[in-house]
Amino acid sequence: MAAGSRVQVPTEVRRGEPFEVKISVRHPMETGFRVDDMGKPIARNTIHEFICRYNGTPVFAANLGSGIAANPYLRFFVTALDSGELKFEWVDDAGERGDAAATLRVTG
Amino acid sequence: MRIGILLLALLAGNTFAQTPAIPASELRSGVSFGSAELRAMQSDDFANPGMLWVERGQKLWQTPVGSAGRACASCHSDASLALKGVAARYPVVNASDRRVIDLEARINACRTSQQKAPALAAESEDLLALTAFVAHQSRGMPLAVSISDSARAFFDQGRDFYYARHGQMDLSCADCHEHNWGRKLLAETISQGHPNAYPAYRLEWQSLGSLARRIRACLFGIRAQMLASDDPQLTALELFLAWRADGLPVEAPGVRR
Amino acid sequence: MKRDEPLTVASPLRRRIIVAGAALATTRALPLRAEPPALPSIPELDAYLAGRKPEFGRLLLDLPRLADDGNAVTMRLFMPGPFAPGMQVTSIALFSEKNPVPKMAQFDFPVAPAKVEIESRVRLAGSQRVAAIATLADGALHAATADVSVTIAACLDGS
Ligand code: HEC
Ligand code: HEC
Repeated sequence: MAAGSRVQVPTEVRRGEPFEVKISVRHPMETGFRVDDMGKPIARNTIHEFICRYNGTPVFAANLGSGIAANPYLRFFVTALDSGELKFEWVDDAGERGDAAATLRVTG
Repeated sequence: MRIGILLLALLAGNTFAQTPAIPASELRSGVSFGSAELRAMQSDDFANPGMLWVERGQKLWQTPVGSAGRACASCHSDASLALKGVAARYPVVNASDRRVIDLEARINACRTSQQKAPALAAESEDLLALTAFVAHQSRGMPLAVSISDSARAFFDQGRDFYYARHGQMDLSCADCHEHNWGRKLLAETISQGHPNAYPAYRLEWQSLGSLARRIRACLFGIRAQMLASDDPQLTALELFLAWRADGLPVEAPGVRR
Repeated sequence: MKRDEPLTVASPLRRRIIVAGAALATTRALPLRAEPPALPSIPELDAYLAGRKPEFGRLLLDLPRLADDGNAVTMRLFMPGPFAPGMQVTSIALFSEKNPVPKMAQFDFPVAPAKVEIESRVRLAGSQRVAAIATLADGALHAATADVSVTIAACLDGS
């Protein structure tokens, strides 16, 4: 099972209005400065690329380094255009990819 | 006169056993000693990182595993009903073998005997996720463990451990959590040391962790001998902790420093 | 019993409690700096600015003045609108004065956002000044800073 994530968007939004998007991802955001129980250094591994697409169009992106806390949490706003899907994708330094999606109904 | 003192001592001993040292009116959850930021993180279901484990636990709950090919949900049906209040009653004495078990051990017992799957390791993502999911169903419900009948001996064992001095520092749990709660210890405020938030997300761990892990952190602090996760003494101690927190609401997954 | 005062070394018991506390906590206290709001001197930030001068006042960076634990500190960025066409925010970068990797994050808006508000949680290796730089579509820069005092620093440098 993938490490897991949670997404929250309003179920219904009005056209032209900004709406709140929340996402949190299970990821250690390894700094590269920690050692494991055996004293072996743990390689740096953060989600360096995060992108949110709205009906295919990139609307928000982030580059997150070791300065972002483990299990990263992001809250941001997107402007409502048409009903459809928000798709989130990310990739970490180990090349591991994750994704999540949410559907949205736009009125007005 | 002598008999009077003896009687008093007996009475005192008795009340000591029957009522927690911190009266119900003074009971305070550990979260109340945290900063406003920490409290906000715990109470906002989205900002609370522990909810990542709860959600993972929900998926695991529905996934068939083991040679029996059954999911937790196959037997327990609706989790929100079947599991409501369960975590508030744990640890309990297991009817079949008369051992005291905590929620983690109960879940593992279902894994091995019902699902015919290997037990999950202590502090593994999956065991934490299932425990958080199960405990979350009791959120807000008051802790209410039983210490009567077969539980009594385990309770006594837990209480004895709690009040005994341990480690190079020669300190008891009570030295900090009963005699000095509310006081600052370097950067931290000592709380009353209750178990109601666990499994909890600790900022220091950057992860969810069990009550056993939190207790081990305290044992480490006083340079005491470690208790293994499956040490019956540890579960007995957890039973005593739940009893002295009787009435505090389950917060799992809590957020702590 | 007085609760709201620090434990002092008044008795052997208290002494032991305090010593145990040192082992329990991973504290590295650092003094809080009190300076007028100016950009902290961070080579990576200077390189990012490349001699350009940002404006102060419109971009807001919100961090708690006192953070319990540097492993996860709630951070909010705001930039109130409205934005004239061609003057929208295109990106916001976040810099730390003390972290071994000074550039903590960069947020990009590929399309003009109607509302600029971002929340996340950052790691801070000690008390410091954090800086945010917003870039507008016309190239204008807006800056904000925040001073944070961290009681338990995130272990970001292996020490
Ligand atoms: C030297 C003082 C000290 C001793 C002795 C000590 N602890 Fe703690 N304990 C702490 C500190 C500090 C914390 C973290 C802050 C807090 O919640 O109190 C803590 C936290 C806890 C918590 C978590 C409380 C919460 O709400 O998250 C539990 C449970 C706990 N201790 C149990 C124990 C037990 C059981 C013992 C005895 C084996 C013990 N402690 C001994 C200092 C101590
Ligand atoms: C094949 C059926 C079956 C499966 C599968 C199963 N259980 Fe159980 N579970 C039981 C039975 C029967 C009991 C109660 C009887 C007992 O005490 O053994 C029980 C008891 C429990 C309890 C304690 C309830 C209480 O009131 O004390 C919990 C918690 C629990 N199960 C969780 C789980 C979880 C989590 C899973 C999946 C990992 C799971 N169970 C899978 C049959 C099952």
